[in-house]
Amino acid sequence: MSKDEIRATVLRALGQIAPEADLSQLNPTRRLRDQLDIDSMDLLNFVIALHKELHVEIPEADYPKLATLQGCVDYLAGLSGRP
Amino acid sequence: MAEFRMPQLGADMSAGKLLRWRKQPGEPVQRGDIIADVETDKADIEVEVFVTGMIEKFLVQPGEKVPIGTVMAFIREEGKPAVEAPPVFPVAPAPAAPSAIFPPAAAPAARAIPAAAPMEPRRLHISPVARKAAADLGIDPATVQGTGPAGRITLEDIQRAAQARAVQPAPEAAPDRQTRLRQVIAAAMARSKREIPHYYLSATMDVSRALAWLAQENLQRSVEDRLVYGVLLLKAVALALREVPELNGFWREGRGAPSADVHIGVAISLRGGGLVAPALHHTDRQSLGELMKNFRDLVQRARAGSLRSSELSDPTFTVTSLGEQGVECVFGIIYPPQVALAGFGKIVERPWSAEGQIVSRPLLTATLSGDHRVSDGHRGGLFLAAIDRLLQEPEKL
Repeated sequence: MSKDEIRATVLRALGQIAPEADLSQLNPTRRLRDQLDIDSMDLLNFVIALHKELHVEIPEADYPKLATLQGCVDYLAGLSGRP
Repeated sequence: MAEFRMPQLGADMSAGKLLRWRKQPGEPVQRGDIIADVETDKADIEVEVFVTGMIEKFLVQPGEKVPIGTVMAFIREEGKPAVEAPPVFPVAPAPAAPSAIFPPAAAPAARAIPAAAPMEPRRLHISPVARKAAADLGIDPATVQGTGPAGRITLEDIQRAAQARAVQPAPEAAPDRQTRLRQVIAAAMARSKREIPHYYLSATMDVSRALAWLAQENLQRSVEDRLVYGVLLLKAVALALREVPELNGFWREGRGAPSADVHIGVAISLRGGGLVAPALHHTDRQSLGELMKNFRDLVQRARAGSLRSSELSDPTFTVTSLGEQGVECVFGIIYPPQVALAGFGKIVERPWSAEGQIVSRPLLTATLSGDHRVSDGHRGGLFLAAIDRLLQEPEKL
């Protein structure tokens, strides 16, 4: 899966959590929590959505790596073995 | 014949608008089935039925706004013979106890009490309970014809007037949902601060054991079954309430009325602003896994606008947490007719004295807002101490 495809998947998962947000305006390097007002339950739902779509197991210890959109893409690309 | 009435979904609700029936006359219903969708100022609610039987007749049509307690349908109960439906007089014969004790302090703007009411030039012959109901429902008593002794205006007169008004078109555009949500929160919180003598306590707790246990526990769970930290807090609160039961219940008819069941209302912030605090039923009896599953479902449904009526009417205690917003300490306002509320702040890593050593530990500040008419600081302190003790043994939660 390319980074673009991963990014699209991440945005889709975020859209389920924050349906009212305009995700096209997301700053990729700013914290998602600050931009989308997400809490720990939202984060868990986000991780579950990624698990279902990408079949990846994200340990809790790695949650900080999902703090930004860019971080999510980089981390998930790394999990799937792509640079 | 059972009556299905407009439920009171929280002390701040005086009326609801039927959006649609989910069943048809002649259809069977089971206790717990959702049979109607009702719009309140806070949210659209799925209303459950509490008898098993068959829908006999609808008395309220979609689009109608009626006061709480109004009979909306007749249901022929299972195992009981069909009988003639009673004469149609759908207005509640008596107010529900909570509304009598905690009437909304202010009606929504569209139902504002006419400013002239307190300065009425002629003396109104009206019972106190009717006057209170009129204020709740935004009815000007001067416009109501009394049918009681010597023309006295009774509660039934007020309810009848409210019912008659419900079928008339609104005189002006209703405020939007967000505005109405703020209005009902404002009314409930203002009333709470005005009527409930709050006392406040706080305690700092070392949660290193709880966090370490949770991390290990989640390693063994699938992604879908992982627990969030808040679930441990909810369970600890529920168990602590068993030890200090006077905090779990209501203020009714001038005294505390503890609840036999522990239904914790969880404050959930809504996207776009405002909050609701629906119940996690029997919080104390659920395993952490069950609690997590139900908590997750509750949050999703609260934010999607599909809560059930029992979830709004049943909370016996409220928990609020603002830790994720960076708040270290929150003293909440009690939601009447409840009598207490617990608050949790952010977990912060701080110096802590343990076994004669200064160590760095994750610390949590837990608070209690208590109704001093029902409990004292001493009992409130025992409640917070119980939470602390329970969190030190998370594997037993």
